[in-house]
Amino acid sequence: MLIELKDVSYTYGKDTVYEVNALNHINLGIDEGEFIGIIGHTGSGKSTLIQHLNGLIKPTSGQILFDGSDIWEDGYNLRELRTHVGLVFQYPENQLFETDVITDVMFGPKNKGLSKDQCEERAKEALKQVGIPENFYKVSPFDLSGGQKRRVAMAGVLAMDPQVLILDEPTAGLDPAGRDEILGQIKYLHDKRGITIILVSHSMEDVAVYAKRLLVINDGRIAFDGSPKQVFTHYRELEQMGLAAPQVTYIMHRLHEKGLTVDLTATTVEEARRSILLALSMKKSGGTEEGGGSPWVK
Amino acid sequence: MGEVTLGQYYPTNSILHKLDPRVKFVGTLTYIISLFLIRGVAGWIFVTAVLAGLMFLSRVPFPYLIKSMRPILFILVITVIFNLLLTPGTIVWKFWIFQITKEGIRVAIQMALRLSYLVMGSSLMTLTTTPNALTDAMERLFAFLKVVKVPVHEISMMMSIALRFIPILMEEADKIKKAQMARGADFESGSFIRRMKAMIPLLVPLFVSAFRRANDLAMAMEARCYHGGDNRTQMKPLRYKGRDYVAYLLMAVMLTASILFRIFGKSAI
Repeated sequence: MLIELKDVSYTYGKDTVYEVNALNHINLGIDEGEFIGIIGHTGSGKSTLIQHLNGLIKPTSGQILFDGSDIWEDGYNLRELRTHVGLVFQYPENQLFETDVITDVMFGPKNKGLSKDQCEERAKEALKQVGIPENFYKVSPFDLSGGQKRRVAMAGVLAMDPQVLILDEPTAGLDPAGRDEILGQIKYLHDKRGITIILVSHSMEDVAVYAKRLLVINDGRIAFDGSPKQVFTHYRELEQMGLAAPQVTYIMHRLHEKGLTVDLTATTVEEARRSILLALSMKKSGGTEEGGGSPWVK
Repeated sequence: MGEVTLGQYYPTNSILHKLDPRVKFVGTLTYIISLFLIRGVAGWIFVTAVLAGLMFLSRVPFPYLIKSMRPILFILVITVIFNLLLTPGTIVWKFWIFQITKEGIRVAIQMALRLSYLVMGSSLMTLTTTPNALTDAMERLFAFLKVVKVPVHEISMMMSIALRFIPILMEEADKIKKAQMARGADFESGSFIRRMKAMIPLLVPLFVSAFRRANDLAMAMEARCYHGGDNRTQMKPLRYKGRDYVAYLLMAVMLTASILFRIFGKSAI
């Protein structure tokens, strides 16, 4: 197990009037090579949770293990941990500060203590991975477009060559094209470079397509932990938490109610399409089920 | 988030919280004047009783009130030491060039009391009044300055915007700091100069975002046709209620009492 949380709780503003319990007794194990999606409505504690994973927040109680050792033990090198567990915050473009793109991306490796050449090499590689072409290297990051800025900021974390990459709402505020591009790059990093990915998102569609495992956080607890298909079967409970299953799930359930035998666990549009077509062709050939009522039966 | 006690509003529903902010502002001024008027043990007992009574009425937990003393602790200690050592008079204790006099002890105690009562009293105001209510009160109280062309409304607007942005910018600073720490930045160790340099990755994005926010806000205000204070009405106009008049009356009583203590109090303390 790469990262392990044992009974982790966190309280904001402890012993003040503004005390808020953000996390309640979280137990969680993350293996190498996983692609995990974390969903939860605003204020559910998901951002707090991910900041525990690279030691930015110290839990009020409980233990966090990375590679088997307690990260809050005396003498543990937290800065080194952060190079292994890269965290891309929400709106990461707000952290750019250098005079040109490449120097900004080099900030991470430089903190790691690498030589200038190595830093540059890492930076170039990272920028290539997020699809920033070479003619942008000497441009001021403040002159880039929103989507470009975000990718440069992601490269800034990638350049540290992390084993685990945590992304907090990486697609917030991007147009559909920009969103697909970023998510595609994340998938590439997972598949080709074997980086463990933890993706925090509001969008059920996104996590349904990309994540292999889904964590639903509600009120500082893990409400569900399983594959997207398993989790989305609880779509009624998800609604009570202010979340929703992907739209496809709803369509499939409605079709099923109307008498079409479709696969209820389909979570992506592609799966749904195949399942509906299959059900329809079966219906045509069999053709003996109840008629009328359903618009699908002619 | 940092431990900042500025705008330390403590939300409860006490009578002090409900008072008109103007009353509290004027009341604090009266209280401070009284502090410097009184003389004699009886006077001090009176002020202590007033302060204790207000503390009780505010329903703010005592530790919060004491915490407000922390920033002035240093000044307090320095004041006490200097007054102790440098006041001439009948010598009580002498060592090398240091001497403590009877008068010195008196002045030191008095100064310590004055300073701590001053801070406790005024933080009682900030603990029971939101910063916005306070700027509102000041706008109304200083409205007469408009006659001499002081842009009272604009100044108070600037103050409330500044106050409003302090927590936002602090949160932002915290976020950027964490983001840079996630990229291996080190804000804690190293020499002074190194630590100053380490602040650049924090300060540049913070300034950029502050300017962006200022721009957005200006644009939003313009879009809603904001053009200063003339003929502008308020959503929650300040209106005096019965309890506010009672409070003014009590203030007058306190002030009169203080003047009497000044005149008749023993000049000893």
